[in-house]
Amino acid sequence: MEANTGQEDGALTSWTVAETDNLTIQARREGGTLTAATEGRIDGANARLFLEALEGAIEDSDTAVLLNLSELSYISSAGLRVILQTAKALRGQQAQFALCSAKGPIREVFEISGIDQIVSIHDSEADALASFGS
Amino acid sequence: MKKQPCKILVVDDEPDLEPLMLQRMRRRIRAGDYSFVFAGNGIEALERLRQDGDIDLVLSDINMPRMDGLALLEQIPQVDPNIRSVIISAYGDMQNIRTAMNRGAFDFVTKPVDFEDLTITIDRTMRNLFEWREALSSRDKLVALQNELDVASSIQQSILPTQFPKSDDYQIAANMEPARNVGGDFFDILRLEQGRVGIAVADVSDKGVPAALFMMSSRTLLKGAAIGSDTPGDVLREVNDLLNEENDATMFVTVLYAMYDPETHKLTYANGGHNSPLVVHADGSTELLPLTGGIALGIIPGIHYKQTSVDLAPGDTVFFYTDGVTEAMNEEGEEFGIGRLEKVFEPSPPTDSDTATDAVFEAVHAFAGDTAQSDDITCVTFHRTAS
Repeated sequence: MEANTGQEDGALTSWTVAETDNLTIQARREGGTLTAATEGRIDGANARLFLEALEGAIEDSDTAVLLNLSELSYISSAGLRVILQTAKALRGQQAQFALCSAKGPIREVFEISGIDQIVSIHDSEADALASFGS
Repeated sequence: MKKQPCKILVVDDEPDLEPLMLQRMRRRIRAGDYSFVFAGNGIEALERLRQDGDIDLVLSDINMPRMDGLALLEQIPQVDPNIRSVIISAYGDMQNIRTAMNRGAFDFVTKPVDFEDLTITIDRTMRNLFEWREALSSRDKLVALQNELDVASSIQQSILPTQFPKSDDYQIAANMEPARNVGGDFFDILRLEQGRVGIAVADVSDKGVPAALFMMSSRTLLKGAAIGSDTPGDVLREVNDLLNEENDATMFVTVLYAMYDPETHKLTYANGGHNSPLVVHADGSTELLPLTGGIALGIIPGIHYKQTSVDLAPGDTVFFYTDGVTEAMNEEGEEFGIGRLEKVFEPSPPTDSDTATDAVFEAVHAFAGDTAQSDDITCVTFHRTAS
């Protein structure tokens, strides 16, 4: 894991937060906005890794965090719990949080569980970033 | 008087754990809640326990050179019978966990260590130790406390009903096949006033002992709320509010709660983030009951849960299930899906709840083949008798 070191505020850095057989997380920071792209599946076996990866990537100074789920193929309730834990932690540091680009079946999981009523889900990264405002 | 921090001896042959533990627990260390000492194996741990004399809690790995964690557990009471032990085990290693519990471990956490869970475990263990010290004179109380977590490990199966109400008007059958770890799905069938019957099916996020305890309280609260209310929406609202009162671990449970009234043949249900029940009619046609838009329980307090009613005709069958059914995977990585569930009864609609339930499990098994089961599979079948 690479740290975001020596960058001026507003500069763009990107790094791999986690990489396993079935889950890869790439992060990018621009200004105070962290965008994390997840690829693969999140289930009971790797949900903790997912949580620790997000906790490790998010800095206290981040003002907005976006999870791009476009390459996510499966998420279990343990994965949903991590998203709720992240949402709660970010509320604590008064940072905004949103999800984007979830495929149909993934989006359905958020709708059935009602979590889409708690965490905003956008169609694209651009929509989500626009919702954060400037 | 300043309170003493809880002194924890961490025993692990992984040198990386020491800096990680100190880093992740830094706030609690700074707050004076915890202090840590470390040992690399059981022999070193016993030396340390004898030398320091004021250690409250041992947090130990199982596999270590020279003396392993299970052997250490046997030795600890000879140094001080009031020291509490928490074992760090491989995820799902129930055999070692059981051995550790039998040798007096108070609790366990699984690898990779979730530090939030670990904090909760340490705090609960310390509360228990405090009570233990308070209650040293009362032997009966001690036995009850010691048994508490042994009970938790078998809680999931033990809370499920095994007898189902049947009448001239309806039949109910249910089954739950657990995946390898404790915790997850549960269901309940409740006999209510005036011949009504309550049916609940639920899925707790995550697994392990904290999830099993959360499941236990969800089930108890649900039962408590359902008895004495004929309004499923209110039942979910009450349970949700109670679960939110103390839920630091951000666990949640999806619940479908339905109540059937044999007088009116109406099924009234409310949904807290759970899958839609499937109705198979006597003519073989199917429909998914509409979602009522509720959020899974334990996430936000003070919300209202909508309920809705459907009329059940003679011969109608309602399947309440968890995602272990629809997300069961085959060797090609495909999910079983609702479509395959509907197809099970295409050739012949159900005529009784027992064979219909068996047919669901048989279809899921046939589909999954040798693919390992990753989630609990639960199905509750309600069948209105054909007239």
